[in-house]
Amino acid sequence: MNTAIYSKRKRSNQIGLTLSLFAMSLGMIVLLWILFILFTKGFAALSVDFFTQSTPAAGSAGGGMANAMVGSLMMVASCTLISTPIGVLAGIFMAEYGDRSKIAGITRFVTDIMLSAPSIVIGLFVYAIYVAQVKHFSGWAGTLALSLLAVPVVLKTTENMLRLVPTTLREAAYALGAPKWKVSFSVILRAAKSGVMTGILLAVARVSGETAPLLFTALNNQFFSTDMNKPMSNLPVVIYQFALSPYENWVNLAWGGALLITLTVLGLNILARVFFREKS
Amino acid sequence: MTSMSSGIHLTPEMQRIVRNQKIQDYLFHKITLFFASLVLIVLAGILISLIITSWPALKEFGPGFFVSAEWDVVNNKFGGLTSIYGTLVTATLALVIAVPLSFGIAVFLTEMCPNWLRRPLGTAVELLAAVPSIIYGMFGLFVFAPLFAEYVQPFLTDTIGQVPVIGALFQGAPNGIGLLCAALILAFMVVPFITSVMRDVFEIVPPVLKESAYGIGCTTWEVVTRIVLPYTQAGVVGGIMLGLGRALGETMAVTFVIGNAHRIKASLFSPGSSIASTLANEFGEAEPGLHYSSLFALGLALFIITFIVLTLAKWMLVRMEKQKGAKS
Repeated sequence: MNTAIYSKRKRSNQIGLTLSLFAMSLGMIVLLWILFILFTKGFAALSVDFFTQSTPAAGSAGGGMANAMVGSLMMVASCTLISTPIGVLAGIFMAEYGDRSKIAGITRFVTDIMLSAPSIVIGLFVYAIYVAQVKHFSGWAGTLALSLLAVPVVLKTTENMLRLVPTTLREAAYALGAPKWKVSFSVILRAAKSGVMTGILLAVARVSGETAPLLFTALNNQFFSTDMNKPMSNLPVVIYQFALSPYENWVNLAWGGALLITLTVLGLNILARVFFREKS
Repeated sequence: MTSMSSGIHLTPEMQRIVRNQKIQDYLFHKITLFFASLVLIVLAGILISLIITSWPALKEFGPGFFVSAEWDVVNNKFGGLTSIYGTLVTATLALVIAVPLSFGIAVFLTEMCPNWLRRPLGTAVELLAAVPSIIYGMFGLFVFAPLFAEYVQPFLTDTIGQVPVIGALFQGAPNGIGLLCAALILAFMVVPFITSVMRDVFEIVPPVLKESAYGIGCTTWEVVTRIVLPYTQAGVVGGIMLGLGRALGETMAVTFVIGNAHRIKASLFSPGSSIASTLANEFGEAEPGLHYSSLFALGLALFIITFIVLTLAKWMLVRMEKQKGAKS
């Protein structure tokens, strides 16, 4: 036996695996580091005022994020209401008619691209077609930008989930004489309900943390406002502006907001996982 | 009607129902088709609106816009090179750092990890991918950059900085923020994306292949590099391209730490700007005119670059899937 080769192979194996272990530990350390910073700085900023007061003016003490929270909530909620039907109906098309249709093939490809397309360009697009035309920033413009990001997520998960429904279920429904739309809505969509919900939750999670598309659309509003037709305060943009400001209380508020959106996004992701696991 | 010929008689009532159902199904098909094509319409809309809005700048500066490094708001002279350079440099550097890390993590998760740890660690990686990018930006600006300036940058200047030629990359004032810092933060951000694709493609390698390799006495590392990696090549490259697409278009993680200066310097420590950071910083102040349409031209460039990269990624991953279908 050639011991030289044997020990060389053994050594390179050890080196490779040690480096892998090192990479994994480095990844975990960075994750824990980020979470640790976020939690310590974030929790320190949370108080009753944080949830009840509006964002403070430059240089004035105190204040909270109430207007930003309400703004974010309203935009994300209306985005969900808009993108869910569009995404689900488009997903039904892809799963039920998609195999023989050229448009479905192209849509599938474009959807995958849009999933990772730079979100700031979506913001530019909405600015050009909407904000520049009506000449003012607004909550609706923000909603539109978020919806453009959410639809591909809903579409893709819906298609995948509908495809998991066994063909025999479809055939059984057709054999009873049900028309295609009834089969789609009452049988297939229902069977894939929890999967589709997962997609919607993931889409909500995705858009809740998005800053870039809101910069040019919803902008910000220092005051409490529920008028979707006016510039609207929202957590990500407030965090962005406050974190880069020279005022200490603004930076603290930014950390509190950062903790809040991270917890929301992670919570939604975990919820989506639970939903999906219950089913499968 | 076909059912007639098979001998079943349909009453007028039944015929009415059949007709209605046919109309309903026709409408259902067209409506869902419309929503599916919305995605295509949006893509076309993005391209057209960006081209129209950036036209004044493209007409004024010509193709030279993309190779001129002059970005002078006061004198209305604009060239995109500084931003394009910053985008490409930070994204490439981020990948150089992130790819080996992701590969190591994916190998650990698929080959070394004890079974009970596999699921929690895999979930942790996926949750890391969900953390909003603005968090990475804040972490970079407030925590990472000061430490980077105090400990890492002087160290790099004293070591690699002394090597001729490439040493110039690691010299200059240790400010913390700059191209290298942005690249590092981006790397943290794209590691989870690349890792989860790599893990997914590693898992589809047929166990028989791996077991045969183990059976003839291969070490774990040999199985990974000689069996798993060649088998999943296309998928791995696809995952890397996907990460590149993310890194190119990332706004918030970069804007906080890149330093926002329109300069091209040899040193990676110097502040720079990426397309996305330029847009985030300057769009709010831009007056309609050349500045405004130059920013749109940058957006157009970013969209086209990421579109190409993501198309390649997608193509690679589809190839991988086909291979999987053919071999298993």
